[in-house]
Amino acid sequence: MKQIYLDYAATTYIDPGVLQKMLPYLTTAYGNASSLYSLGREAKTAIDMARKDVAKILGVLPQEIILTGSGTESANLAIYGIAKAYQDKGDHVIVSKIEHKAVLESAKRLEKEGFRVTYLDIDSQGIVNLNELKKALNKKTILVSIMYANNEIGTIQPIFEISKIITKFKKENLLPAFHSDACQAAGALSLKIKDLGVDFLTLNGSKIYGPKGSGCLYKNQNFKIEPLIVGGSQEMGLRAGTENPALIVGFSEALKLAEKLRKKENWRLRILRDYLIKKVLKTIPVSQLNGHPQKRLPHNINLSFAGIEGESLVLKLDQYGISVSTGSACTSTDLTPSHVLLALGLPEDLTHGSLRLTLGRKTTKEDLDYVLKILPPVVKKLRKMSAIRL
Amino acid sequence: MKKTKTNWLYSQIVKEHFLNPKNVLWDEKNYQADGKGMAGNPICGDVMMVCIKVDLKTQKIKDCKWRTYGCGAAIASTSMLSVMVTEKGGMTLKKALNLKPQEIIKRLGGLPVLKFHCSVLGQAALKEAINDYFKKQKRKK
Ligand SMILES: Cc1ncc(COP(=O)(O)O)c(C=O)c1O
Repeated sequence: MKQIYLDYAATTYIDPGVLQKMLPYLTTAYGNASSLYSLGREAKTAIDMARKDVAKILGVLPQEIILTGSGTESANLAIYGIAKAYQDKGDHVIVSKIEHKAVLESAKRLEKEGFRVTYLDIDSQGIVNLNELKKALNKKTILVSIMYANNEIGTIQPIFEISKIITKFKKENLLPAFHSDACQAAGALSLKIKDLGVDFLTLNGSKIYGPKGSGCLYKNQNFKIEPLIVGGSQEMGLRAGTENPALIVGFSEALKLAEKLRKKENWRLRILRDYLIKKVLKTIPVSQLNGHPQKRLPHNINLSFAGIEGESLVLKLDQYGISVSTGSACTSTDLTPSHVLLALGLPEDLTHGSLRLTLGRKTTKEDLDYVLKILPPVVKKLRKMSAIRL
Repeated sequence: MKKTKTNWLYSQIVKEHFLNPKNVLWDEKNYQADGKGMAGNPICGDVMMVCIKVDLKTQKIKDCKWRTYGCGAAIASTSMLSVMVTEKGGMTLKKALNLKPQEIIKRLGGLPVLKFHCSVLGQAALKEAINDYFKKQKRKK
């Protein structure tokens, strides 16, 4: 059977060239980067080079890149680390309602510790309400965290505009710090820090054809943070533990390749994305696109079909070799529907009936034509056996 | 033969009932139900509708058809429920009223704990259908 993977926003395969660059560090070049002899220096050099490469893509200094073990860790380190480092300066944090759990749960943890958190609303297309941000900023605000692009609906936030609002508010002061989770943006959008105006940026490897369990946090050198993991003095004392050169090299090689392919892939994917959206909306009645029609990642499609539930749709499509995801409550571990779709103001039944398709490097028009052949009759059949009549 | 491990989300029986559901009410217009019941709520993501035909003399369920809005476990649960109440000449209404959700889960080869409510909802819809049947019988008298 045909296997069509359309869940690239969940994770990607590792690019074969990237894997080749990683392999020596899993086999022969196994040294500890802290050791003094050549085998150790080989590991250290690899890590230094990788850090430099990542820094170059962001247009920042190598010492501003903290290599971590995932996007979640980077986001935790940013939020928790900033809050703890500046708790004497304030106790207020601002995040958007549609952040990834990595950010939201960090914020909730801060709330438990006595910090106050403002959760910014989004409009019906998924863009953060900037007036609310302006109103929420106050003297006690030490951190604003707003994601670059959303993982479910692909909406791209006006990060530079947000940074201007924050800069204007803080005048000569250092705080509040501005962090952005860019895990979904890498490979699709510019990561130049000077174009974004952020103080902290979270990236990971698992969405960019690099290894899972890799990532980094950009930290503007004027800021301090409290580490999450203490021990040895690795990563400038901000992330203790023997470095994993294979993952680090894999992450930086993947990021370099993603940056190289970015413009061309964007162009290709945007056409494919819009093709599928247009066809689906035309052929399936009572369907809708969630998120912003233009300000969205070139590879993200998020649809809702009234009258059916997403998990059954995903499982049916799996039978045809199509791998996709849903924001339905039935797939979450707490039986609540996607907080992102709810924040959009979608009625519950449309959140249950949501379907996310995210395209990637191997996606072809033939793949989408196959989906267009399978999806409409599957939706029709599930609707026919649904207890809800449209 | 080597047993192939499946990577499916639920048990093999759930898979069979989900992919080939039994007794779906495809054609409601031409179906004369003796009793009809609904349970669940679209806000929670599960709604089940169960129709039954009853043998007046034996008070056994002759036929059971359904439609479900919900996840794979919900669809399979209703399908299995419809099989259980109609097999072996049909279940008596009394027995059907007391059918335990656990019995459905057992027949399905188990459900994840988080999905137990799917079997409860199917049973609730069936109860509604039976009570609807009783009400209609009373009115006839
Ligand atoms: C926007 C966003 N932030 C954070 C993460 C977490 O990254 P990781 O899985 O590497 O911890 C993800 C991916 O799941 C993501 O999409």
